[in-house]
Amino acid sequence: MISAAEAIKNYEKITPKNIPLAEPFSRGHRACQGCGEVLALRLVAKAVGQNLIAVSATGCMEIISSPYPQTAWNVPWIHVAFENAAAVASGVEAGRKALIRKGRIADAGAKIVAFAGDGGTADIGMQALSGALERGHDFTYVCLDNEAYMNTGIQRSSSTPFGASTTTSPSGSKSKGQMTWKKNMPMIAAAHNVPYVATASPAWHLDLMNKIRKAIATPGPAYVHIYSPCPTGWRCGPETSIETARLVVQTRIFPLYEVIDGKFVLTRDIKNPKPVEEYLKMQRRFRHLKPEDIEVIQKRVDADWERLLGFVKATNPEAAEKAE
Amino acid sequence: MARRVGLEVSLACAEAVKLANADVVAAYPITPQTHIVEHLAELVADGHLDAEFIPVESEHSAMSACIGSSAAGARTFTSSASQGLALMHEMLYIASSMRLPIVMAVANRSLSGPISIWNDHSDVMGERDTGWIQYFCENGQEVLDLTLTAFKIAEDPRVLLPVMVNMDGFILTHVIEPILMPEQAEVDAWLPPYVPQLCLDPAKPISMGMVGVPEVYTEAKRAQVQAINDSYPIILEHWASFAKQFGRSYQPVESYRTEDAEAVFVSMGSLSETIMSAVDEMRAAGQKVGVVRIRLWRPFPVAEFTKAVAKAETLVVIDRNLTFGAPAGPVATEVRALLFSQGIQKYVANFEAGLGGRDVTRDQFKEMLAKAQKAKAAGQDMTCEMVGVKE
Amino acid sequence: MADEGMTSWKSLALGCAMTEPGTARRFNTGDWRSRRRPITDREKCIKCGLCWIICPDMAYDPDPKAEGYYTWDSFYCKGCGICIAECPKQAISWIEEKEEDKYGPACGA
Repeated sequence: MISAAEAIKNYEKITPKNIPLAEPFSRGHRACQGCGEVLALRLVAKAVGQNLIAVSATGCMEIISSPYPQTAWNVPWIHVAFENAAAVASGVEAGRKALIRKGRIADAGAKIVAFAGDGGTADIGMQALSGALERGHDFTYVCLDNEAYMNTGIQRSSSTPFGASTTTSPSGSKSKGQMTWKKNMPMIAAAHNVPYVATASPAWHLDLMNKIRKAIATPGPAYVHIYSPCPTGWRCGPETSIETARLVVQTRIFPLYEVIDGKFVLTRDIKNPKPVEEYLKMQRRFRHLKPEDIEVIQKRVDADWERLLGFVKATNPEAAEKAE
Repeated sequence: MARRVGLEVSLACAEAVKLANADVVAAYPITPQTHIVEHLAELVADGHLDAEFIPVESEHSAMSACIGSSAAGARTFTSSASQGLALMHEMLYIASSMRLPIVMAVANRSLSGPISIWNDHSDVMGERDTGWIQYFCENGQEVLDLTLTAFKIAEDPRVLLPVMVNMDGFILTHVIEPILMPEQAEVDAWLPPYVPQLCLDPAKPISMGMVGVPEVYTEAKRAQVQAINDSYPIILEHWASFAKQFGRSYQPVESYRTEDAEAVFVSMGSLSETIMSAVDEMRAAGQKVGVVRIRLWRPFPVAEFTKAVAKAETLVVIDRNLTFGAPAGPVATEVRALLFSQGIQKYVANFEAGLGGRDVTRDQFKEMLAKAQKAKAAGQDMTCEMVGVKE
Repeated sequence: MADEGMTSWKSLALGCAMTEPGTARRFNTGDWRSRRRPITDREKCIKCGLCWIICPDMAYDPDPKAEGYYTWDSFYCKGCGICIAECPKQAISWIEEKEEDKYGPACGA
């Protein structure tokens, strides 16, 4: 099998001039006003195009796209359950592989993409995902991370950031909200030594779509973790999704990077980061935080950024040097 | 021409999957199913079976991968038992509701706790209401034949439902039996490749697994009820065509020495073979007794069963599993309900026997019958009794 | 007994699948808007297409009559205001909308 670097060398790059017009994910879906997750989903589908076989985990995107008889999917789509999108995608991939080999269906280069939220990925679906990544199926897994169980009413997940108030990690006289640090899912995916891992934000829609293009061009498993603002669950205005998705990167809270054949590449270096407070104050889920709490978060973000730079330096010294 | 071979029954099951040219096998190892999937892995590794073998990380993922593979249009097989089957539980309902013709061999084993790797029917009884066609095998030849017919039944466009082939763990899966192995060409002619009615195809996009809003959920379930009911004559049709092709005939209910029987045992799975020996001995001693073996458990063969027990006054129903806090085990409960609903009055005794690999001997079956007859004569109710418990 | 289903069970596709793609396009999400809608000032518009690509509800389409511009679709716009917040030239703004006008012809075209 060729390396990811080799496979993506001549990938079909999307520029402002050639953004695909087709919408494999249809309008008329029932996502909340200003949903950043459905925007991310729309962009992923656009980047893949019509030759997509989509597998969804149970969650917001599944519910809002498929109340019978209205489906928002213009492409073949299957939803089975909450914790198994990666396992179902494994089966779809293996089934098609066998049928293509036996000459029973044509190989038209269809791309299998599994979608799940942060709960369906980092919590209940982590085992199935780990298995599918380890087995090396040729598919792309997209985690649409809105940092809590939004579909069931804003309960905390292991992807909820420290300090966020949710319905099961409420802030109170004895609690600052979520008391644990966000699970680093893209690093866990990278630890499986899969050929391609990336993080993306809908505030950089071309970058997001091109990472998807690279992911589907890569033979074997690819994992793309997309920060997906949820105005409903984060308690902010529906018009703020892009602004939030921009600030989270500019504060270095959610760095944009790729891991190509194990080599870390910083896709957006943030030379002069904005203070995390700017990001936190936009969202009412953080409004109970005191200056000393924000200080703790700032320190953690700084340390995590240094740690990421360390990975870049260790795995990709040339790129690290260029950045400096 | 078929060859007679001496083969472990697990391997016979795997050979049937090979004869069926399965496209995908997704499985996770669990005792006593392991020999089935090990042999399949070997067949794939040696190029004897052209299939994708997905060594999944759990049974939940095994069934999830089977759902994906079947939805992609591939002939799909898996096998499990006990805790593994229980872990799949959630997925089994989805496989049948999506009308995916997956075939699964279950090497029946007890459920924890305490943990036990040995045989009973607790595992499959937990999956009774999952909407799968379910039947039980008694011997190695049945395992081979009924695994083959499972694909034929499941994939029939008039059926399109998953099929569970039950075989007693160890007692059946791990014994070597003489088995008539059909020729590949003969099977190929009888079982052509699976042609899906609907599948995940970019040329013809469909949405599978949509939200069943209250205005459609009931109708979706109604359609599923119809599907499994309608599968009944088609199961018989394919067993008949199998008999015509391969010379071995299977019925949803099998009767043994019931012609003039005053009492009949009702059983499922490999215990039936012991009961038949016990019946022979009791017959020799002058007792009018027989056995009715339920092969097809879902859809339940109501008319055939009722006919098979019509003449007997006493039924001794053997449940190889428990129902806690209920008046009787699941098989007996079902038998009583269906007789009652048809206005048929019989004395139905129920014994829970052979739990967690405990042997049940011919003498014990004789004792069960004696107990049932004594209770009946005394006008006592014999709702349910556990057999062979040391007090 | 009352018949409450939306369709006969006999007419459902196998496994309750939906065999027609994208049927959601017939679902009106425009009536989620309350009292206001976005309107584009084409004098200020620089045809960057950002409103089109970042709209979560796909309420903007390339204008077939005026190349580079985008039309707005009353049927899908839920009124989140992302296009207004993100337009680099502040060319899009809120305009009051009466309930009866919600279902009118697409504006901005």
